[in-house]
Amino acid sequence: MEKIKLVDATQMRSDIPAFKPGDTVNVHVRVVEGDKERVQQFQGVVISKHGSGMNSTFTVRKMSDGVGVERIFPTHSPRIAKIELVKGGRSRRAKLFYLRKLAAKAVHQKTGA
Amino acid sequence: MSGILGKKIGMTSLFNEKGESIPCTVIEAGPCFVTQVKTKDRDGYDAVQLGFEPKRERLVNKPLQGHFAKAKAKPVRFVREFRGSNGIPAELGAEVRVDLFHQGDVVNVTGRSKGRGFQGVVKRHHFGGVGMTTHGASDRVRAPGSIGASSFPSRVFKGTRMGGRMGFEQVTIRNLRVVKVIPESNLLIIKGSIPGAINSYVQIVKQG
Repeated sequence: MEKIKLVDATQMRSDIPAFKPGDTVNVHVRVVEGDKERVQQFQGVVISKHGSGMNSTFTVRKMSDGVGVERIFPTHSPRIAKIELVKGGRSRRAKLFYLRKLAAKAVHQKTGA
Repeated sequence: MSGILGKKIGMTSLFNEKGESIPCTVIEAGPCFVTQVKTKDRDGYDAVQLGFEPKRERLVNKPLQGHFAKAKAKPVRFVREFRGSNGIPAELGAEVRVDLFHQGDVVNVTGRSKGRGFQGVVKRHHFGGVGMTTHGASDRVRAPGSIGASSFPSRVFKGTRMGGRMGFEQVTIRNLRVVKVIPESNLLIIKGSIPGAINSYVQIVKQG
């Protein structure tokens, strides 16, 4: 088991800030188009963190033109340029999937944002 | 045919330079020692025998003790032979390390699959089962169906696929790619899965 951690350590990132479900984050994603690379931002509420170590992911949900959009990011992906903690949230549970059913206003209330 | 012996450590995932996540198996490979050199003159073919993972002297029986003493090698748990000798030093006691491999190499991995015990035909031979749990047949879903005709041949043909012991047999997975080599800790990282349980021994053979 320690030997797997040894392998994982070669690619684990230490520049990922601590955030938890309910927080609002801004994820800067590197997007490669042809031979050009640009950075795209995805800002929303963290509704789930999954797994641990190298294989961990987190889910960010945002409302885009009234449509809910969710993206799952591998936490240690080199495609993530930066994660900004925009606003700390208040949450009583680890998975906030119930936010999907709520209106935008209610989401603000629930996450204390 | 050059290769090395190793032990399956487990699976994880790594990112490639494009940022894609690659499923990987981590193998602790080597250091191995040459325990016997076979030559065409003496044995009828050229081969090098490698040993992996030392064990206590007390656990080795007399014939094997003699075998290892001859090679001036420490007693080992896992011994396998590699045909030919290219890539492996054909010299008693010589060491083979994981730096034999490089990123991008194509390898075949041989190991013993996990034992599954007594399994039915659906799992063991990918039969489809007989049908549905309707029309009065509530218990035929995973049944093998007919295993032969009646008056002719009046018997079941040999080799007819039925339920039975499954797994714990030698399996080779071919054309796996080496993702990474960490020589300091003797680790070999291969894309995809390999046969066997964690801590089981595997033989890794380089292609070409």
